[in-house]
Amino acid sequence: MSNMPAKQILMGINGDEAVAYAAKHALVDVCAAYPITPQTIIVEKFAEFVANGEVETEFVRVESEHSALSACLGASAAGARTFTASAANGIELMHEVIFLTSSIRQPVVMAVADRSPSGPINIHGDQTVSLAQRDTGWIMMYCENSQEAYDSTLQAFRIGEHPDVQLPVMTMLDGFVLTHTLENVYLLDETDAHKFVGRREPMMITIDGKQVPLKLDPKTPITIGPLQLFDYYMESKLQHSEAMEKARPVISQINNEWAELTGRKYGDGYLQPFKVNDADAVIVTSGSSAGTARFVTRQLRAQGKKVGLLKLRTFRPFPDKKLAKLLADVPVVGIFERTHTTGSLGGPLFNEIRSALYDHDPRPIILGYYGGLGGRDVTPEHFKSIYKELLKIKDTGKAPRYPIKYITVRK
Amino acid sequence: MTQETPQWRPRLKDIANQEELFTSGQRLCAGCPAGSMARMAMHALPRPKNTIVSQATGCLEVASTIYPYTAWRVPWMHSLFENAPANASGIEAAYKARKRQGLEDDIPDLLVFSGDGSGFDIGVQAASGAIERRHNFLYIIYDNHAYQNTGIQRSGATPKYAWTTTSEVGKKEPGKLLWKKPIALVYAAHDPAYCATASVYHWRDFMKKVRKGMEVEGPAVIHVLSPCHRNWRYPEEQGMQMAKLAVETCFHPLWEYEGETRKYILSAPSRVFALKPEKKKPVEEWLELQGRFRHLFRPKRRDDLIADFQRLTDEDWAFIQKLSNMG
Repeated sequence: MSNMPAKQILMGINGDEAVAYAAKHALVDVCAAYPITPQTIIVEKFAEFVANGEVETEFVRVESEHSALSACLGASAAGARTFTASAANGIELMHEVIFLTSSIRQPVVMAVADRSPSGPINIHGDQTVSLAQRDTGWIMMYCENSQEAYDSTLQAFRIGEHPDVQLPVMTMLDGFVLTHTLENVYLLDETDAHKFVGRREPMMITIDGKQVPLKLDPKTPITIGPLQLFDYYMESKLQHSEAMEKARPVISQINNEWAELTGRKYGDGYLQPFKVNDADAVIVTSGSSAGTARFVTRQLRAQGKKVGLLKLRTFRPFPDKKLAKLLADVPVVGIFERTHTTGSLGGPLFNEIRSALYDHDPRPIILGYYGGLGGRDVTPEHFKSIYKELLKIKDTGKAPRYPIKYITVRK
Repeated sequence: MTQETPQWRPRLKDIANQEELFTSGQRLCAGCPAGSMARMAMHALPRPKNTIVSQATGCLEVASTIYPYTAWRVPWMHSLFENAPANASGIEAAYKARKRQGLEDDIPDLLVFSGDGSGFDIGVQAASGAIERRHNFLYIIYDNHAYQNTGIQRSGATPKYAWTTTSEVGKKEPGKLLWKKPIALVYAAHDPAYCATASVYHWRDFMKKVRKGMEVEGPAVIHVLSPCHRNWRYPEEQGMQMAKLAVETCFHPLWEYEGETRKYILSAPSRVFALKPEKKKPVEEWLELQGRFRHLFRPKRRDDLIADFQRLTDEDWAFIQKLSNMG
């Protein structure tokens, strides 16, 4: 942090508080939230800002997560910059509204404290619930630490509200590891933050040859959320898909702007490779596990082992081409995901990454690892054992018959 | 809403000269009173050019906004079945926050429509929360006694013994086995700024109530009965007649709850039956006109079931009379 272009304040806060500060700095007009079990501290901290008059936000204390996102949706359609936060079961309850929010193109920003889905009730962390939202049409970004949670949340408003994009954004932070753990976090000075995020400008659309804002405004009445049957539905889906494609350069551009402003850069905005170039074995992971894996990678490199780490930051839009470019020549790749899928060959990360590499010849041997479920600790030892296995496969050239395994689980 | 406030009186002459904010060309079934209901409500708005509508999924929604067409000349939003009041909460919050920051000049009026599916069942939580938070909106629940939009499934509003596709009439079961929820009382118990029941037939009463609900500061709810010939099985031109008889039999009494005084007041069309009980019609007169109750009369007349329906109707009627000090 030696070259810090903008003045920044160092604070000892946890990931939840970092996100709350980001929402404060983003001049959020409306925040609606509900404390389902498990609850996040994000909105508690934000409620403090409201109570102290530090924000102009209208804070709607709704009666469920379903209503939290519904209220954000209404507020966003009325032109407001909106924010909500939830976790695990709250996200599951919202699911219906999550689809709708992206389909009617409202750039709501939502922080997701990644905690395990109930059954059994657990409250600790893994990424199963957020990854289950992968087909909802939101931009999805995973944060490695609390600093990134602050940075990505502020960036999320710029990305989602970009006129080419107009899509909601989820920023994920791992339950407890980030949400409840104190870290040193650099926050921007409020004026600089305001300058970076700006004000939300409504998207302009053409109706009957006239340019009107896509906004519930009595001056220019429009209908939002009509019934679309087989004659138009697919075209709407295509437009949604095109918006997601248009988000690709925007994510990189905002990542660069942020780097100029703060000195902090997250790879190309999508992927952060560490010692991947000449590696014999690479681990791909997302969220806080990337920090632990990087620590191990550095240790093994010091011992002369050619290992590398690829951190996946942006999951939607999925950086398939960028990823293939980085990984196609790596002999063995291990994908570690804190998620759980049954009755399928591996979890979402495994499947998407393997699919991205399918067209390449030669392509790596790819293994998938489930771990850290329900908040079970993910330690350096675990990554050491994964690397050991990957390097052995590289040496012998023999891939296991079944590429998926659980680590740290009792039989 | 004190007695001194001069009451707005809807006049047909004025209405005829007003712009239609809910237009023709929508695709509701022929004779569906929901369209009349929406038109009346829009004509009763105190600030028609400064009102936003939030709409729950239902007949009125699917029939009025089939892309790329819309029947609404006001800003209108539909999102889901159960969340229209939550949507409205957000719309109000947006304008409040942005007005405070000098980004908007005014906070528009808010009108929320839902059917009985949302109003009685799946959306009760969102409505209850929005009323508790005292958002300034009017929530109109138009009740046609079942999930007509999805193919006539029973709802919490379906009366006992009514046929629906999920309360079939068979050898063992004579239609729905349970009575309907007293939903307006449920919302009135939230102590909103205003709550009322209404009927599409009593247009002046309904429009006055809409006006009150929009003008009062804070949450307001109107439960309006709107018959459906597809389920109720009456000739399609008789919708208004069905709504009228529901009031005349005291199956659907019309009343108001005023938040300011915390009083229940019987509305004129129903008050007459409290003052002159002999004018009240037996509920049988209403039931026998509807195909959904045909099994109470044919092939064998079921006096036991008709009497039970009358008893339930009378109990509700006695209760609301008592609440309004007319019993």
